[in-house]
Amino acid sequence: MNIAAQIGQASFGERAARVAAIARAHADQVDKEGRFPREAVDAMVVERLLGIQVPPSHGGEGATFSDIAELCSIIGQACASSAMIFAMHHIKLSSLVEHGPESPWHSTFMRRVAGEQLLLGSATTEGGIGGNLRNSICAIEVADGICRLEKDATVISYASYSDAILITSRSHKDAAPSDQVMTVFLKDQYTLERTHVWDTLGMRGTCSDGFLFKGEAPAEQIFPSPFAEIAAQSMLAASHLLWSGVWYGIAADAVAKAQAFVRAAARKSPGQTPPGALRLAEISNQLQMVRSNIIAGLKTYEDAKRDHEKLSSMGFAVAMNNIKICSSETILTIINGAMLICGIMGYKNGTPFSIGRHLRDAHSAQLMISNDRIYGNTSSMLLVHKQDTSLLG
Amino acid sequence: MNTTIRELLSKLGNLPVAVDQLADDADLYTAGLSSFASVQLMLGLEDAFDIEFPDNLLNRKSFASIAAIEATVEQIIAGRKVA
Repeated sequence: MNIAAQIGQASFGERAARVAAIARAHADQVDKEGRFPREAVDAMVVERLLGIQVPPSHGGEGATFSDIAELCSIIGQACASSAMIFAMHHIKLSSLVEHGPESPWHSTFMRRVAGEQLLLGSATTEGGIGGNLRNSICAIEVADGICRLEKDATVISYASYSDAILITSRSHKDAAPSDQVMTVFLKDQYTLERTHVWDTLGMRGTCSDGFLFKGEAPAEQIFPSPFAEIAAQSMLAASHLLWSGVWYGIAADAVAKAQAFVRAAARKSPGQTPPGALRLAEISNQLQMVRSNIIAGLKTYEDAKRDHEKLSSMGFAVAMNNIKICSSETILTIINGAMLICGIMGYKNGTPFSIGRHLRDAHSAQLMISNDRIYGNTSSMLLVHKQDTSLLG
Repeated sequence: MNTTIRELLSKLGNLPVAVDQLADDADLYTAGLSSFASVQLMLGLEDAFDIEFPDNLLNRKSFASIAAIEATVEQIIAGRKVA
């Protein structure tokens, strides 16, 4: 049986588990050296997981956000950097899937992503915008059917390893900062000059260096929909939900380690409840809360997806913001609890109970779109949006 | 109503362009209306017309242009008269 046929018969979960096994084997080295998780990403390509979100009509497998969030969690339990790269790729792919069918070029490109398992990168951050991705300083110039863009991108995750970069800019040189478009540039259509080095506390394998990006491509590669719509209708929800999938995975693995630690202690002294057992019950409760919150968010998204008015409503934006806040804050409490349970064995690197990498990776969650910015955004919406007080919504 | 909307937009919209230069159907987001300013504008409209925006009208489309805002406000006022 050839590999393609084997993959065809395996579930998404089985394929992601094989990727996770490879990611886990290299996770510590990726973290220590701050290097790209080549082995795990190659495994995603072999398992053909980079194109699953593309509809079958365009050569993909029509995976839903829920399917993909589950895979983010599976890989996240092994190596958070690998899972975050997988999540960020699918966040960009969601823009293509939702807005690509509007244009022949983007439709064809979507088919290529599925067929050739291309890795998509993202450049939404820019020096001087203060972290607000709904503002751009740089502007795309279009002349004679060619578009040109230069952007001081302070962060482009795995830029050196992407096959294409989806990049935001103002729509023309006189446009307001919020009048943005997104453009796909293929690897041979841009140059990258490194300006910042990604030497960080955690998520070290995402290699999110800063670059001066210079690109030139046919103008048809600009998305026809304004970026404001892409952000509201696919990107923000995709980010909060898929990131949350990764974060849940990190916390779930930490809880699994803490549980193994408590069980080992219980076996050593039968008849006595180990000291960490109560705290384990506590973090298991918190983990369930995070999980329920993400599941509810995925359901809200899948329900709203059929209704574009709902997707761009305030109620939906508030719900997605709250999911991001909950998962990014709560995982820190959970992983810290796991560390308290495992004690010095959790604090030390290289033990079966090491949790240092989890804790460091998890600290990125509240900063990827700063929670303070999200709270500010929600608080402004709550001035006019009336909360839905029903239990089931 | 159009005049009141324009006055509020000019006071609260924080737009980089002059409001009297905008056509009724000009896209306000393209003109630079931020999400924070759009909330301020909604609050101003609620106060000026003594209305409350129901959640199903709190979306980008309802505030996409001066004409869209006018239609949205009229719809709410008409609904109130029926009720």
